Amino acid sequence: MKQMTVISGKGGTGKTSLTASFAALAHNAIVADCDVDAPDLALVLAPRVEKQSPFVGGKVARVDAGRCTGCGLCVESCRFEATALHGPPGDAAEHTCAVDPHSCEGCGVCVQLCPVEACRLEPTVTGEWFISQTRFSPLVHAQLGVGQDNSGKLVSCVRQEARALAEREERDLVLCDGPPGIGCPVIASLSGVDLLLIVVEPTVSALHDFERVADLARHFQIPALVCINKHDLNETVAAEIEKRADRLGVERAGRIPYDEAVVGAQLHRRTVVEHTNGPLSAAIRNIWQRIEQRLDLASEHRAP
Amino acid sequence: MVIAIASGKGGTGKTTMAVNVAVTVTRQGRPVQLLDCDVEEPNAHLFLDPRFDEVEEVTVTGPRVDLQRCDGCGECARRCEFGAIVALGGEISVFPELCHSCGGCALACPQRAITEEPRTIGTLEQARVGELAFARGVLNVGEARAVPLIAALKNRADGDALVLLDAPPGTGCPMMAAVRDCHFVCLVTEPTPFGLHDLTMAVDAVRTLHLPLGVVINRADLGDEEVRRFCQQQQIPILMELPCDRRIAEVCSRGRLIVDELPEYQEAFRDLAERIVQEAGRAPAPGGAAPAGLRDRIVEQLRHEA
Amino acid sequence: MKIGVAAMGESLDADVSDQFARCPFFLIVDSQSMGFESFANPAAAMPGGAGPAAVQEIVNRGARVAVAGRLGPKAEQALQAAGLRFVAASGRIRDAVAACGA
Repeated sequence: MKQMTVISGKGGTGKTSLTASFAALAHNAIVADCDVDAPDLALVLAPRVEKQSPFVGGKVARVDAGRCTGCGLCVESCRFEATALHGPPGDAAEHTCAVDPHSCEGCGVCVQLCPVEACRLEPTVTGEWFISQTRFSPLVHAQLGVGQDNSGKLVSCVRQEARALAEREERDLVLCDGPPGIGCPVIASLSGVDLLLIVVEPTVSALHDFERVADLARHFQIPALVCINKHDLNETVAAEIEKRADRLGVERAGRIPYDEAVVGAQLHRRTVVEHTNGPLSAAIRNIWQRIEQRLDLASEHRAP
Repeated sequence: MVIAIASGKGGTGKTTMAVNVAVTVTRQGRPVQLLDCDVEEPNAHLFLDPRFDEVEEVTVTGPRVDLQRCDGCGECARRCEFGAIVALGGEISVFPELCHSCGGCALACPQRAITEEPRTIGTLEQARVGELAFARGVLNVGEARAVPLIAALKNRADGDALVLLDAPPGTGCPMMAAVRDCHFVCLVTEPTPFGLHDLTMAVDAVRTLHLPLGVVINRADLGDEEVRRFCQQQQIPILMELPCDRRIAEVCSRGRLIVDELPEYQEAFRDLAERIVQEAGRAPAPGGAAPAGLRDRIVEQLRHEA
Repeated sequence: MKIGVAAMGESLDADVSDQFARCPFFLIVDSQSMGFESFANPAAAMPGGAGPAAVQEIVNRGARVAVAGRLGPKAEQALQAAGLRFVAASGRIRDAVAACGA
């Protein structure tokens, strides 16, 4: 079984649209949406959720108002301004501390300091993950709650579930839509993959980011391919990116022309290769062919 | 007045809006300051070509273990919720990029062997681009926490200027840290299913902070009506619609300003600036019925299961 | 010699985990006797810093070598700090341990 991840550095390069088309073209795969902050794949893959689980992302402090004596030690020592005294100061029973879960970082200093052990760290649900069926294959996906830290833990969870499912069902490939950036969540989406596809747009910002993403691939010794989306918007920068790719040992997987059909497909909740048959679709199929070759996937079955 | 320009995800045109509005207002003779708060991947400078004259290191505290006093008991490691300090066979090792600077390890150490010392996480850089004041934060590669740097950058906000804050993308901690305490949030989106989905999350996020907001629709003629319908239902003003003009994409791909290379859009940006200031000057929008946020749905489910 | 293996299951016939820091289980295997202890990896539950925490778990149980598919940057740092060797491996734990050598 092989695994691959599609990443892009900055967001908005067309990574998800492309991954959706790959999901349509892939044979015997599991798809994993590792962009847990903005899981957009589901919008064109139309998953039917079969399993839903809460995700415990971290811990948050909680004060037992019954035990709290209102001494205020936790308020003084909290570096994140997450605790406050409430209630009328005169009334011992009502003058107690409470923690604001939005600001609490779960460090446990208040727990350490509380003289009456009224404060505890409790696991907190910060997201949920799902195993679903789509018209192509199973989809493992997740959604992190608003304002939550994307530490990579939920991404790891999605990866592990996808891999386990792929093994149970004897699938040939796990195809991951990666998160944006180059931090912990992206690293979690890279571990154990056999191939990376880096999707870039021909802009000066993307040129800036491309080197950092390619560095990440090199550090983890994962073979990488690059494809330039909307290449005809700026052929000069497109060529520059390809030159850098050559220098960095990233193989050129192909170029995709700018085409409004991408939006048309999305509006119809279809992948591009289902929606259209022109040069756009051909470019995507060519890239997928290259990926299958690199991954050594059996390709007797051609998707319609 | 501090205006945040944000979006539910990257690539919607947030930085493009921020720099073009900043330059537009500056050219009207008003004092403007642009803060690039996307400290992990700052991009605004690519459009402005600033010469940074003031570079300052930003530090947070991290633990320092006095090896003479340390007896390797590992209590610090047991206490640390973030894995920033670990006991490897009696030897204490610190991983500063994981540290949240809570002070818990120093507090826990029975030998009082841990002190807190400053550690650089990135830099703050300032420049003047013509009459425009520009500042950005650059987070060192490998640092996990953008929030302290964003907070330090926001402290540089010039109270006498119109401050435009280019927020980090997404709806996570860095975006929330950038956007909180602003007077107004301008969300950039596009009229597609992906755009609507990400806008919904951004609206959810901003509403937890009780901030007034407005929307800018980029590539506005390419897509459907759902984003407009959503804004109407939610009583969110649409501040500007920019058409899907290939020349705009091409100009931005070269790191150039729309208002310089396509002067026919200057009026649109002047109007946008005007509307932002107008909307920001109003009272905060009434709560309204925000779509049930994820957290609410999870809480509901857990309550149901209990 | 004790070898800390990132594991998908709690037996020698389970597979080595690709991931080190957030693997579901660890096996501490004595390379001579092939005796082992196994436990669920507490570092997997941490929101961050799982790498160093996972290294802590195996070091404190006497491992001198770590085995997994790949290592994240912080786990790598922690292994270096602890003076452990890392061996990349996949497939059955039993085979990976044998390949580590004495």
